Amino acid sequence: MRDMLSKQAVGLKPSGIRKFFDIVSEMEDAISLGVGEPDFDTPWHIRDEGIYSLEKGRTFYTSNSGLAELRQEISNYIKRKQGVVYDPQHEVLITVGGSEAIDIGLRAVINPGDEVLIPQPSFVSYEPCAIMAGAVPVIIELKEENEFRLTAKELEDAITEKTKMLILPFPNNPTGAIMERKDLEEIAEVIRKHDILVMSDEIYAELTYKDKHISIVEMEGMRERTILINGFSKAFAMTGWRLGYACGPREILEQMTKLHQFAIMCAPTTSQYAAVEALRNGDEDVREMCMAYNQRRRYLMNAFREMKLSCFEPFGAFYVFPCIKEFGMTSEEFAERFLEEEKVAVVPGTAFGDCGEGYLRISYAYSLDNLKLAIGKLADFVARLRAEA
Amino acid sequence: MNKFSDEQFIQPRICAGASQILLIAEQNLIFCSRPQRKRFGMEEKMREELLKIIERNSRIDLKELAVILGVEEIDVVNELQALEDEGIICGYHTMIDWEKTSIEKVSALIEVRVTPQRGQGFDNIAERVYKYPEVTSVYLISGGYDLLVTLEGKSLKEISGFVSDKLSTLDSVLSTATHFILKKYKDHGTILTKKYEDTREKVSP
Repeated sequence: MRDMLSKQAVGLKPSGIRKFFDIVSEMEDAISLGVGEPDFDTPWHIRDEGIYSLEKGRTFYTSNSGLAELRQEISNYIKRKQGVVYDPQHEVLITVGGSEAIDIGLRAVINPGDEVLIPQPSFVSYEPCAIMAGAVPVIIELKEENEFRLTAKELEDAITEKTKMLILPFPNNPTGAIMERKDLEEIAEVIRKHDILVMSDEIYAELTYKDKHISIVEMEGMRERTILINGFSKAFAMTGWRLGYACGPREILEQMTKLHQFAIMCAPTTSQYAAVEALRNGDEDVREMCMAYNQRRRYLMNAFREMKLSCFEPFGAFYVFPCIKEFGMTSEEFAERFLEEEKVAVVPGTAFGDCGEGYLRISYAYSLDNLKLAIGKLADFVARLRAEA
Repeated sequence: MNKFSDEQFIQPRICAGASQILLIAEQNLIFCSRPQRKRFGMEEKMREELLKIIERNSRIDLKELAVILGVEEIDVVNELQALEDEGIICGYHTMIDWEKTSIEKVSALIEVRVTPQRGQGFDNIAERVYKYPEVTSVYLISGGYDLLVTLEGKSLKEISGFVSDKLSTLDSVLSTATHFILKKYKDHGTILTKKYEDTREKVSP
């Protein structure tokens, strides 16, 4: 048979996470610190609303862009949190997780050969989605010395005439880095100057441990050139419900809605009803979960200090990104040996881009007891490596 | 911990100049190292966080408590002392599922209707009830009855004996309704019937 496959699809590198997942899933008794989703159950009142919608027989499609009620709640929520207003009719689109919004957001604006700037280490989907949309991904390597924030200079240096869009992944998975107002003001200036678009993936917006999250859309002139992506997975512990959303200027959202309509039709109806409840009555749940994450974050930072493992202090998401360069191993070697010898799974930093080399992603979406157990093993492992050296 | 967030401190009564503010600051610093100066203790938010943690786990190690709150151990010690002194922390109990032991225990809820006494309201009668050691809690309740009494005893007989001999015979008690507890599913925010199980994929992006 002829070669029937898409060259672009074949050319995509399989996710580094997948490879590691295969090893871990064969080990029955492995403790994992490799999970990228909350350990909390979806709060009961939200689940209950989903169940109720099923009982009432709300099992049909919703409108393509999502339940009007939910879009209204999202609009209210962003106004409350960010002080920016989106028209729920034309500027809010409900998607199947933030991931779908990333995909169709890129496809809605990219013409072949457009360059998309992707700061890394970052979430695994941006690069393949950009490639499949026909863009040329241009990687910006974020540095630990800048606390893995994107600086105006790094941005400026990466921009060419072909640059169409910047992906802004903060609070960041895997580093836990955040962008504060000053950082955003500085890059906003560069973005305005070069007239480029922004895709701001703020899925971890509720999980920050310094000041409250600030969005790029709050900066002058940014709202009209930004696709703001968020969702329910992280803030409300709703990963399996697959529900996210995109907000942005009407012209872009119209194109995205078309793509969404033809590929997906609409986001899951049950999830949309549950999400209305989440936005109406979920603030306290978010606060409680955020408090618990922060306690674990402090615990980990202290544990790293005690075992003298270098790690910048992250203020967002639920990851820490310690540096393991002192051991003279690659991230993958370290992670594999750690798994083999101590049966603890962490994700090598390289799963999130080549510049993640020398780092590990450790998730703290685990109970403190679980973390204590795993970190005790890490301390033993680190001590053993140092003794070997 | 920010000891300077107290509004009374930020707006000193006399602020002639920077040096004087500094002087006041120093004086206050001396004061706030003493636990009895509660005004200068932990911020309200952190206090709440501390209480929430120890409400769920009163055996938590003090050092660990300090780490996860992001404060010094001595501050935790002082704050706990202050909370005890203020009567906010009233005790440190252990949750026990007696069902799983071989020890026989029976618990009951009793709804009690009483006649309030002039000048005393319900307080006197509540006191007469809560003084019995087998009574584990007494609440004044709005609605169809007045006091909700929970009781623990060795047997059905012991509990019914308490109700008929002691409780019902009190002058102000009009009526009682006793409900025996058959099974505890959840108690003090803890689910007793099921253990948490992590069903997530072991590694995910």
